[in-house]
Amino acid sequence: MIQLEQVTKTYPKASRPSLDSVSVSIEKGEFVFFIGPSGSGKSTIIKLLLHEVTPNKGRVMVNQKDVTSMRSWKIPNFRRSIGCVFQDFRLLPNRTAYENVAFALEVIGKTKAVARRVVPEVLELVGLGGKEHRYPHELSGGEQQRVAVARAFVNRPLILLADEPTGNLDPDTSIEIMRLLDRINRTGTTVVMVTHDSNIVNQMRRRVIEIESGRIVRDQARGVYG
Amino acid sequence: MRLKYVLSEVLVGLWRNVTMTIAMIITMAVSLTMLGASGLMYLQVDAMKDAYYKDIEVSIFLTAGVTEQQRTELQTALEGDPLVRQVKYESKQEAYERFQKLFADSPDLVKAVQADKLPESFRINLVNPEQYEQILNNYKDREGIDDIIDQRRLLEQIFSILGAIQNMALVSASIMAIAALLLVANTIQVAAYSKRREVAVMKLVGASNWFIQAPFVLEAVVAGMLGAIIGFGALVLGKIFLLDGSLRDLTDLLTPIEWSTVLLMFPFMAGVGGLVSAVTAWVTLRFYLRV
Repeated sequence: MIQLEQVTKTYPKASRPSLDSVSVSIEKGEFVFFIGPSGSGKSTIIKLLLHEVTPNKGRVMVNQKDVTSMRSWKIPNFRRSIGCVFQDFRLLPNRTAYENVAFALEVIGKTKAVARRVVPEVLELVGLGGKEHRYPHELSGGEQQRVAVARAFVNRPLILLADEPTGNLDPDTSIEIMRLLDRINRTGTTVVMVTHDSNIVNQMRRRVIEIESGRIVRDQARGVYG
Repeated sequence: MRLKYVLSEVLVGLWRNVTMTIAMIITMAVSLTMLGASGLMYLQVDAMKDAYYKDIEVSIFLTAGVTEQQRTELQTALEGDPLVRQVKYESKQEAYERFQKLFADSPDLVKAVQADKLPESFRINLVNPEQYEQILNNYKDREGIDDIIDQRRLLEQIFSILGAIQNMALVSASIMAIAALLLVANTIQVAAYSKRREVAVMKLVGASNWFIQAPFVLEAVVAGMLGAIIGFGALVLGKIFLLDGSLRDLTDLLTPIEWSTVLLMFPFMAGVGGLVSAVTAWVTLRFYLRV
């Protein structure tokens, strides 16, 4: 599903590469943690997979497509097969939970009728049934992140990327979000999560890839934070 | 539904930043008015050249003491000259009649001039009015010729004045256009900034580039079109109150500007206004909404 082949990424003006000849292969349906200290290069992986940045060397393959050489007009369509969740939720403050999710559908050309059918369903799935018409500021952090997950998942992507999704949440809420991501993973969606939340990694017991100074130092099937 | 979304975004965008929108429309309007005016001037000068050059004459005035033989020889020479299209002889009597008609308003002047004081002349039309110099050189040293006058010289002074006005209008149109462009670029930047969250989400979920950019580009195009409409209105008012109003006499002396010509300026101005705004907005977005 995801292959990084000898990927090196050096940001302009950076003294050393963020990722240095990294090779990783992730199968369909896997749940993978990328862990490591701040600045280790783990967030760069998310950016590479979204084609927000391009590698200096190596190849990034997602769903049998070479992302590295993808023409820019093909990128929007490519991104529709990837859902994304961030630490800061990135919700639109002037839209309700329902509207936030519906917006993601409408801007890729889905009709309002489709949104009316699909959005309540996915909000129910993430446990926000009954709160569709609340604005983000009327929701708790955990609930806001659920809206973000609903938005990422509403399009039934093949891959869900999560960049420190629990970074702004307390431990109990974090565990709830993780249960949600686990449930999504069980539907066959590949989940890639970047985190430095050791509790969560230790509880989930999933594949752990540890990065330090741009290199993979550990890749363990049912790992802990260590 | 997507069309409705884009259109409502355009209106919201224009309204959100309404002072900037107005500034943009006004500069656009002034620039396009100048452009339209210089376009009109250009067509007008062309029309005038066509109208006047067709029956432009070179007058060869003969001296008072010209002999019969000199006159006949000159006439034969002119009629055989390949540069000359038409030769017309004007006797002293004919010249006097024309003079009387021309100055019918000032009988004192007519009375003061005696019939035989006006010179006889040949009025010639040239095959190509540009070849006046050659005619002048060929004939000026002949016996019996007093003076050779090209009416074109007079017209050209008028045309050069009109040309200068046209250039001034074009220069001020370009300067205003630069200001308009900067305002469009700035408005689009502000619009893109105020919608940065929406744009970020749209990019994230894979909205196509045209869908992200269309509302901004259309916003600029709508402003450009409004500018063109206002500018066209200014041209129409200019025609009514200046050309057909206070400058009426001048307009009659030159050839009058037709309404159809004024109307022709509208698609021109709207096209330039819309296209320039669209391109500016699009280029601005290339820098501010990187994929």
